[in-house]
Amino acid sequence: MSNLRWLLMPALCLALAGSLLADEPTAEERAEALADAEQEAAPGPTDGLADDTAEVVRQFASSRWQDVRDAINALAELGDADGLPVLLALQDRRLYYDQDERVLIEDPLDGELRDAISGASVSRDGLELSEPPLTNPIRRSLRPVIGQLQIFSDDVNLRRAAAEELADRPQAAMLPQLQEALEQETNAEVQRLLRIAVARLQLDADDPEVRLDAVQTIGEIRSSRLKGTLQNFLRTDDDGEPLESSAEVRQAAQDAITAIERREQMARFFSDLVYGLSMGSVLLLAAMGLAIIFGLMRVINMAHGELLMIGAYTTFLVQNLFALHMPQFFNFYLVAAVPAAFLVTGAVGILMERGVIRFLYHRPLETLLATWGISLLLIQSMRSIFGAQNVRIVSPEWFSGSVQLMQGVSLSTSRLGVILFAFFVVALVWLLMTRTRLGLEVRAVMQNRQMAAAMGISANRVDMWTFGAGAGVAGLGGVALSQIVNVGPELGQAYIVDSFMVVVLGGVGNIFGSVFSALGLGVFSKFLEPVTGAVLAKIFLFAAIIVFIQWRPQGIFALKGRSAED
Amino acid sequence: MSDKGAGRRLSMQSRLGTLAASGLLGATLAFGSTAQANDPIKVGILHSLSGTMAISETSLRDVALMVIEDINAQGGLLGRQLEPVVMDPASDWPRYAEQGRELLERENVAVIFGSWTSVSREAVLPVLEELNGLMFYPVQYEGEESSRNIFYTGAAPNQQTIPAVEYLMSEEGGGAERFYLIGTDYVFPRTTNRIVRAFLNANGIDDDAIEEVYFPFEHSDFQSVVADIRRFSDAGSTAVINTVNGDSNVAFYQELANQGIDAVDIPVLATSVGEEELRGMDTGPLVGHLAAWNYFMSVETEQNEAFTARWAEYVESAGLPGGSDRVTNDPMEATYIGMKMWAQAVLQAGTTDVDAVRQAVYGQCVDSPSGFEICMDEENHHLHKPVLIGEIQADGQFATVWETDGPVRAQPWSPYLEDSKDKVANWRYPWVCGDCTEPTHNLDF
Repeated sequence: MSNLRWLLMPALCLALAGSLLADEPTAEERAEALADAEQEAAPGPTDGLADDTAEVVRQFASSRWQDVRDAINALAELGDADGLPVLLALQDRRLYYDQDERVLIEDPLDGELRDAISGASVSRDGLELSEPPLTNPIRRSLRPVIGQLQIFSDDVNLRRAAAEELADRPQAAMLPQLQEALEQETNAEVQRLLRIAVARLQLDADDPEVRLDAVQTIGEIRSSRLKGTLQNFLRTDDDGEPLESSAEVRQAAQDAITAIERREQMARFFSDLVYGLSMGSVLLLAAMGLAIIFGLMRVINMAHGELLMIGAYTTFLVQNLFALHMPQFFNFYLVAAVPAAFLVTGAVGILMERGVIRFLYHRPLETLLATWGISLLLIQSMRSIFGAQNVRIVSPEWFSGSVQLMQGVSLSTSRLGVILFAFFVVALVWLLMTRTRLGLEVRAVMQNRQMAAAMGISANRVDMWTFGAGAGVAGLGGVALSQIVNVGPELGQAYIVDSFMVVVLGGVGNIFGSVFSALGLGVFSKFLEPVTGAVLAKIFLFAAIIVFIQWRPQGIFALKGRSAED
Repeated sequence: MSDKGAGRRLSMQSRLGTLAASGLLGATLAFGSTAQANDPIKVGILHSLSGTMAISETSLRDVALMVIEDINAQGGLLGRQLEPVVMDPASDWPRYAEQGRELLERENVAVIFGSWTSVSREAVLPVLEELNGLMFYPVQYEGEESSRNIFYTGAAPNQQTIPAVEYLMSEEGGGAERFYLIGTDYVFPRTTNRIVRAFLNANGIDDDAIEEVYFPFEHSDFQSVVADIRRFSDAGSTAVINTVNGDSNVAFYQELANQGIDAVDIPVLATSVGEEELRGMDTGPLVGHLAAWNYFMSVETEQNEAFTARWAEYVESAGLPGGSDRVTNDPMEATYIGMKMWAQAVLQAGTTDVDAVRQAVYGQCVDSPSGFEICMDEENHHLHKPVLIGEIQADGQFATVWETDGPVRAQPWSPYLEDSKDKVANWRYPWVCGDCTEPTHNLDF
């Protein structure tokens, strides 16, 4: 029963993550919404723009950013929704002007050019097209204006996107329109966003009642971005007189700031914890195979990193295979990559064991050198086969994007998947060791080789399968790594030291010690990182481990009983 | 190339000077040359083809071989063919020194094109100075150096980072008031950020509005730092200056996208991310983030059209991995400029002798793919380069959003740093010095 639960849990969690994701409109949905807006707002070929709007649209025919910014602001002032297609085209880099300063829009669907003012189709022949400048500051003024023009749309998704933009960057001149939109609005989420936008604009209203309301509304959303704005209410002038006359408003601002800071502290703690677990799970996946090979078999396998690398390259090959032969199932290549990587790296492991390592048992120094040689060999052969450059791994759609765990803390889906996958692998190893014949034999051989042999277990064969299983598990780690780091021939080099660190700290011979030490190391270094910086955090960590191992050479979890060697 | 003749010079006065100097030196030193008239001219290429830096340096080797092929197709230089000698220091810094020595002592190369990271350049520099070799270094770097044996064809900080910071602070660039400096932990990012901090302080931005963090090479977990950037930006308009090097950038930008850092709110300006690094990255979420260089593949000029077309043709004919996905980038353009400059100087000097060629390189100009005529400074061994700021596009290219009116003269010694502001790099009489505060050769001795 408990076996089943282990297997089901990751699946459940994935489903949960999926539902979390569904709430956030993705970039594509937004793009779709925009395309809808395009069609909705696009003027037919016959109806031209009003004269004053046309006058403003002509200003877009300029290479100066100031002109474009002024034109955007002028359109905002007019508030004419007919100007929307021009703004959307500018945003998507589909807006052009020709040598006669005629402003043209490229249709997103058929790619045809249309005159922005008359709507008439224009042939490209003989046109010298230029683009008006589009930079981040221009987008900054463009987006709220698009929001302003779309806030009265019939499509609720569009209104929400518009309201989000407006809540982010409201402009003073928009206040009357926003208030009007707020009155008409029926959707609760859009209402909430609009209320924020209005409140932000009302912070400097003359009426203290209005100000108080605005401060309270902003206090409710606890956004760190607005902390600075709220702090202005607590400022004093040169004579020590508070700039804000109403004590009530000051108090409300103070309360809101306290609430924001409390939330910030929580978010900080929570994010350190989550990112620590995420880093720990990566370490764990990298080290799990080594926990078997070095932990149980005592083979110092310097080629462990390369086993990870082979797992990652197998994922790459499976991905290419899917892209080439079954593009319709491309999103599921990861599922196929898991057993493939296990088998491929397992086979490589068995080859290594049969070919080299079995002759070197009980000669740790020679094993170290031999496996190091194998590692160089593997790196160079990958370089020869796939090139020195990184290969490109495309995460499946369901594995990209991110999940917002709380305000200000989001974890990428792939990293969340890696956390779950780490637990899956631990469960797999646990099942293998405790619930299979092989596991039983492995434990018997590792505890007492002669006795196990006397009982009829072929220790030689068990060595081979154990090494193969350890290598296969490393391959699984490689699959996970391929989704979050660059896949190149040197991929494994970055993990070899960390992997040994995890196994030694956890206690050699104890697989579950590795689980605790990996997660512990991850969380510890993430809490340390903001204080010391990443470089120092790593040094501190090494120093701490050295001290710890001096004090407790057997690691966190020591083997107890007769099986322990010393 | 050879039909360009002796190249153009900056001014009439300098032309006379250069001609006189190179003629004199060429004549005196030609006797010492042991090369036979028809022997090929050996050209050393010292770029890592394996290890961490292979990602960036491999394409510099490729473009160097392309230019050599071009020159040979036109009959070589001085009637002699060029013969490339390709090394692979394997991203191992001391090996740059060993192989540099091998190139100069054993192979007797006339010139070396090589190095990417500052540590590798600093490794090979003493060898060049000891054996009087000549190297062209094609990558933007932190400055604070001017060796007589190196020509720096990449940008100094005042030709890349400083104008970029100025742009970000301007109204046009978004008026950033707070700066988050993130880099890899080695000499280039640390020195660059020291200069940036000094520049910001001089322009009214205090230390409490500047954050500086470093990561080891090949770091891949940027979750906390991106969360920290977001927190940092809550206090005001923020820009990030990214001096992260190598493939760590992929992880960094992915994390930016994951945590929804939008370029409209927090633009990230990179100094070491070019077209080559963007290849193999999903650039959709990165649109709008910036990079400062002296050349972009997307620049629309006749020269660049020819350059990129020739590159595509070469990639195909040489069967280079990557095929039609291969791109050109700034260090490749800098390599191209350096090689053309050296070839012009050899023609002008009439010999491959290092001292004669060095004299001839001063003031040499090349019509570059960026559309500007790029000239070697007469004094400091650096190029005059235009500065371009580009925005990442969904197709992995850059769209230029800002550029200088013309080429900018390099300041190898930053005027913003206390310990370097009085230093002068001037290899002409009476200074004859790359690192001093007063002339080393005056008439009073």
